Amino acid sequence: MVAGIRTRDLRKVYTSAPPVAAGTGGFSFGAPKAKGKQPRPEIVALDGISLEILPGEIFCLLGPNGAGKSTTVGVLTTRVRPTSGQAFIGEHDVWKEQVAVKRLIGVVAQRPNLDFSLTAREILAFHGAYFGISSHERAERAEALLDRFKLTDRADQMVRGFSGGMMQRLSIARAMMHDPQVLFLDEPSAGLDPQTRLLLWEIVREYNQSGKTILLTTHNMEEADALCKRLAIIDHGRVIALGTPQELKASVPGGYLLRLRFGLHSPDLLQRLQRLAGVREVRATDGNGADLYADRSGSLVAEVANLASAAGVELCDVHISEPSLENLFLHHTGRSLRE
Amino acid sequence: MNWKAFFAMLARDAHVARRNFVALLFQTFLQPLMFVFIFGRVMVGSGYMPPAYKSLLLPGIMAICMVGTGIWAVAMPLIAEFQFTREIEDRLLAPMEISWLAIEKVVAGTLQALAAGFMVIPAAWLLLRPGVDLNVPHPILFAVVALLVALFSATGGLALGCSMQQTHIGLMFSLIVAPMIFFGCTYYPWSALDKFPVLQKAVLVNPLVYASEGLRATMIPQFPHLPLVAVVIGLVFFNALLLAVGLRNFHGKSVS
Repeated sequence: MVAGIRTRDLRKVYTSAPPVAAGTGGFSFGAPKAKGKQPRPEIVALDGISLEILPGEIFCLLGPNGAGKSTTVGVLTTRVRPTSGQAFIGEHDVWKEQVAVKRLIGVVAQRPNLDFSLTAREILAFHGAYFGISSHERAERAEALLDRFKLTDRADQMVRGFSGGMMQRLSIARAMMHDPQVLFLDEPSAGLDPQTRLLLWEIVREYNQSGKTILLTTHNMEEADALCKRLAIIDHGRVIALGTPQELKASVPGGYLLRLRFGLHSPDLLQRLQRLAGVREVRATDGNGADLYADRSGSLVAEVANLASAAGVELCDVHISEPSLENLFLHHTGRSLRE
Repeated sequence: MNWKAFFAMLARDAHVARRNFVALLFQTFLQPLMFVFIFGRVMVGSGYMPPAYKSLLLPGIMAICMVGTGIWAVAMPLIAEFQFTREIEDRLLAPMEISWLAIEKVVAGTLQALAAGFMVIPAAWLLLRPGVDLNVPHPILFAVVALLVALFSATGGLALGCSMQQTHIGLMFSLIVAPMIFFGCTYYPWSALDKFPVLQKAVLVNPLVYASEGLRATMIPQFPHLPLVAVVIGLVFFNALLLAVGLRNFHGKSVS
């Protein structure tokens, strides 16, 4: 039976640096909590994450580094105990039925964690053995996966000498070895060359078409856009937007974004910009800039330049963005995903 | 309990140990056997040590080899796998309670320590002979003590491996393992400390004392040694303590 994923108001607060299980660091700092005489800084990694990922869906968590993506995956894969809230894989509560959950999931961690004492083929075979797969079947599955991930010619070599891309491919093959119902991919394409990334996308889609649920984290908008049926944008441990890529892109006022930078700050000019045809929203940004959300782009530039000139303000820079998830993130947070 | 996963992990550890067999052999035996040769053969042969020292030395060397092997086999991979390479994550995600992974490590370490202990006896005996007066009147008692010593090495490895940072490996050997060996009645019997009463009492907190004295009591009972009851109680107590500490810290490292 295909399993989905559900979380209810997940919170995770660290009182010390997050250890290995939580993936990489970079969290928002909450107010320090006095405990005894020495106040210990609280690091809020998850701040009430509620998600419902349907069986057979490719779902993406999109957000910048430190947003809480890896911690969410850690909680769902029995590696990070939540401070409060619940997490389910299928009908199984992750923190009450860990063994049952571990049978259902396959996990590709953000950093390679291959068994360096083994060859590529042995890594797959022993992984299969941990899941009780018979020796004959493990050999067959390992062979097929090595072939699928283009690792056959290095199959009997120790993985210590593998390149980053090869390690990543082998990590994904290993996670698929026991044919899990739910596959977690934490930043799977980080460090992959474009060709390998396309191979990975193809394999992920194929695995999903066999009826499996996939949760993928990324800070790459193209990847989220290309692969996911639905996605959640998270920042500072909170879900700030949720929907299909099309819905989310359509939710940005106007769709297009013009990032403008002027020679000096002029509130009067910003008010005039707001009145231009097609402009939906104008927001002042740091320095002398403004973000202008509109339903058209290129044709606006001349009008903006004319208004600036009439107001005696120099237009220093214009950057036009097509409707994108990046625009959505900027609209919600005032920051770029790439920052 | 998922025995399939448990035995698959044991098979993985056996496979890795087999692959590293020659390196392990040198790492385990070279230094103790050199010690046996110099102190048991050269020093005794040249008259600086009494001939009886040959017999006294052998159980102590066996204890060192077993404890060194067990600690090395369990602690070193754990330190690296939890911190640097994260290799252990795949096994933490296997469908088995994570405590059983820690216990699997202890079983693997115990088996390696037993193998090391039983391999060093003939090697040391060959280096020392003639003049080694081995006498095992109760083989079952000897086997029980050897098993407890091997378990101590592996539980010690678990506790150390889950408590140490990778940057502290050097400190672990110079601050914990080396003093444990020198004050562990390995190169001398506990009764040799009669003239140092404070030290004689103080070394009783060192579990290796019970290991060395236990092997002496069962291999060369004709020489003075701690009572076997004290040895068994000491080893059982330290094994339980180290296992409890090791399991608790293993959980702390596995789940954040």
